[in-house]
Amino acid sequence: MTIFTPKTEDEIVEAVQWALSENAPVEIVGHGSKRNLGRPLQTEHTIALSEYSGVTLYEPDELVLSAKAGTSVAELETLLEENGQAFQFEPMDYGPLLGQAAGQGTFGGLLATNLCGPRRLKSGSARDHVLGVRVVSGRGELFKSGGRVVKNVTGYDLSKGMANSWGTLGIATEITFKVLPAPETETTLVVRGLADDEAARAMAIAMGSSGEVASAAHLPLNVSGRVIDGDLKGDASTLLRLEGFAPSVNDRAAMLKGLLVSAGTIVDISGDTSRKLWQEVRDVIPFADGTEQPVWRVSMVPMEAYKLVASLRMGAAVDAFYDWQGGLVWLRMEGEPEAEAVRALIKKYGGGHATLVRASTSVRAALPVFEPQPVPLAALSKRLKQQFDPSGILNPGRMVAGV
Amino acid sequence: MSGLLMPKADDATMSRRSDIVTALRAIVPGEGVVDATNAMRVFESDALTAYRQLPLVVVLPQTVAQVSRVLKYCHENNVKVVPRGSGTSLSGGALPLEDAVLLVMSRFNQILEIDYPNRVAVVQPGVTNLGITKAVEHEGFYYAPDPSSQIACSIGGNVAENSGGVHCLKYGLTANNVLGLEMVLITGEVVRLGGKHLDSEGYDLLGLMTGSEGLLGVVTEVTVRILQKPATARALMVGFPTSEQAGKCVADIIAGGIIPGGMEMMDRPAIHAAEDFVHAGYPLDVEALLIIELDGPVVEVDHLISMVEAIAYKNGASTCVISQSEEERMAFWAGRKAAFPAVGRISPDYLCMDGTIPRKELPKVLAGMRELSEKYGLRVANVFHAGDGNLHPLILYDANIPEELHKAEDFGADILRLCVKVGGVLTGEHGVGVEKRELMPEMFNEIDLNQQIRVKCAFDDKHLLNPGKVFPQLHRCAELGRMHVHRGQVPFPEIPRF
Repeated sequence: MTIFTPKTEDEIVEAVQWALSENAPVEIVGHGSKRNLGRPLQTEHTIALSEYSGVTLYEPDELVLSAKAGTSVAELETLLEENGQAFQFEPMDYGPLLGQAAGQGTFGGLLATNLCGPRRLKSGSARDHVLGVRVVSGRGELFKSGGRVVKNVTGYDLSKGMANSWGTLGIATEITFKVLPAPETETTLVVRGLADDEAARAMAIAMGSSGEVASAAHLPLNVSGRVIDGDLKGDASTLLRLEGFAPSVNDRAAMLKGLLVSAGTIVDISGDTSRKLWQEVRDVIPFADGTEQPVWRVSMVPMEAYKLVASLRMGAAVDAFYDWQGGLVWLRMEGEPEAEAVRALIKKYGGGHATLVRASTSVRAALPVFEPQPVPLAALSKRLKQQFDPSGILNPGRMVAGV
Repeated sequence: MSGLLMPKADDATMSRRSDIVTALRAIVPGEGVVDATNAMRVFESDALTAYRQLPLVVVLPQTVAQVSRVLKYCHENNVKVVPRGSGTSLSGGALPLEDAVLLVMSRFNQILEIDYPNRVAVVQPGVTNLGITKAVEHEGFYYAPDPSSQIACSIGGNVAENSGGVHCLKYGLTANNVLGLEMVLITGEVVRLGGKHLDSEGYDLLGLMTGSEGLLGVVTEVTVRILQKPATARALMVGFPTSEQAGKCVADIIAGGIIPGGMEMMDRPAIHAAEDFVHAGYPLDVEALLIIELDGPVVEVDHLISMVEAIAYKNGASTCVISQSEEERMAFWAGRKAAFPAVGRISPDYLCMDGTIPRKELPKVLAGMRELSEKYGLRVANVFHAGDGNLHPLILYDANIPEELHKAEDFGADILRLCVKVGGVLTGEHGVGVEKRELMPEMFNEIDLNQQIRVKCAFDDKHLLNPGKVFPQLHRCAELGRMHVHRGQVPFPEIPRF
């Protein structure tokens, strides 16, 4: 077993070329913080990017940041914070949910898994903010795509192509992202005591208003007490986050309270408590229980998702909470993953996709972790993989068996 | 236009023309197939009118099944296909080929569903960009990307070009506002990418499709995000003695944590041309004019207006006018929006370029352009999406003077080279098309371009969709498939464990 820890881009190219010449599949990791997510790999060798790190360009006035793939996301966030900026898509940290320490993720992993957070509806995910990449393909060739400017339609957007590719198309060595000013002020309105369907309607009203709601989440009764040190226990909590300059946040908060006056009791949470609340929602802290109980991440049409949860509850013990106005459901199964039931219900209720983000290694080896694609789409994905990695040496089978 | 080399027409296809027309008529009945020369004339160019070419035949399908059968037929019979929306491309993306079927999607003009609780609209690709906003504005919603051709350009074309507009620093490009696509591959297979939900289960094929200029597939349905219209919008019109000061003002606004809805800059020639044309009240004694629009709740806009005003004066603004009414705000924009026709008034012809640069390089690029302007003996006026660095130099020339078009094209190419040299790109929103195809090697080396072409191979291995666009040379997929690394031939066969 060989673990390569390249320190230069040339060494990354050489490592891939070695793997090609040996026809030896390799696992691509940063710090390995998401190793327990996705299909388990059978590779003998590893290329770890952890020592290929460092910021290569940061110009706050130009809203642009470039760093090497192994750079810690936590370090980048600290650097941005010192300059009053942030990744607006607020990448989640899978560490706590997967039984690992927080703050271990790398820049490369962030793009490869297309991370995002509760601002997804308003601000997108990693794929919406990536501007350019340098990549070593499975052919052992270094290519670049995109650039450092926001507006760019020169050639195919291979930077987006790298998003959510889980290291199966190439190794991004250096990545450029758009960064934005961090919001000056934030406040969360908490509507208490709504059932899941009532919450979906309240969130739709809020998100469809001129209140510019940055995030909308719903924590049912049995989840509500598991955030911000139990402050919200005792009742379901529907969370609406407002961000921006203080006068604007206050104005919009008052407007929304008027709009939702009949929905239920509304309380305010502001400042650092609000920030902590959304970080815990983002990182799925209510299910970060140190177990391997199956956890699904389901993306659906916002107004349909609660129906999936209600239907599942008829046949299985399920814990659930919602982000993205209801369109992102985190499901913790008390027993089996019930993959077929979950996926059949997604189809029934308007479509979407489910990823089994936590389960034991044997379960992840046996079940399709990622939503299976229809035949023509699966074939297209396979052809794309072959064009980037014809010998199938980069993270083979990480997403789909044989790809 | 000067020496545009398109792929050589295939004699075999040309000789089968009547068979192809018959086959297409069997798929799309009635007036959906156009083969008379006179009737095809309206399709011979897009908005880059210097290039003209009659297609082999025009087909205007009405159903997804028809699109699928047309493409399947063309794939099986090795016939090239050029997809076209409204034909507003500024880079020749929809330029027909002599031996290709022109697949016109204009009959796909229905809005299929508007879903306010989920804030999405599902539309056919021939619906115009503005048509989406028109369909939802009575409920206070709109579709955010607003390319200047929005009254005519189709949403399918917006997907192909990843269109932007003046508001994209704050609201994103087409790629950030499209949630799902239904598309037909060249094989005739129909696939769906995304939908009303977010993100996809696998590779970001939606991201690859957006901006692919019609080379990967034909879009038959688009799901877009619709947004609540901001409560209010106000604008500042700020003049500066130098472009450096204007540039510094833009940087300071952003450094202050403010992302304006729109932030446009014009240089002296553009200001004068626009003012002469529409009398917007622009100051004529400044080198650079900024129009900064802030949108959102009234209290927020009022708050930010005063912050921006202070930043403008701190950076040496010689004039700063704040709109006090909707009429005044529109007047500020009238000059900017009329900049292209205004330049058209002072010159018989002009070429519109479309590079993007890091904002801080603007003074250097403007100075470089002045030098080039002297070298070529041609005038240039500049409008600039200052927020996102997208620059539109307008090169003034007279097509009736021999060689002047050629000179203007060379001037334009030099400007784009300058953009790339300072860290920018060849095209911010108009696309590569045929216009900037030969400049691609300025930005990408052979390995970069080959990897892009390999993506093309995954979607369309026979290179039948929109050939001759984007890439200077399309290598055959089989050729690109060869691997150049063999056992024992790598630089470090005994690689150390570094």
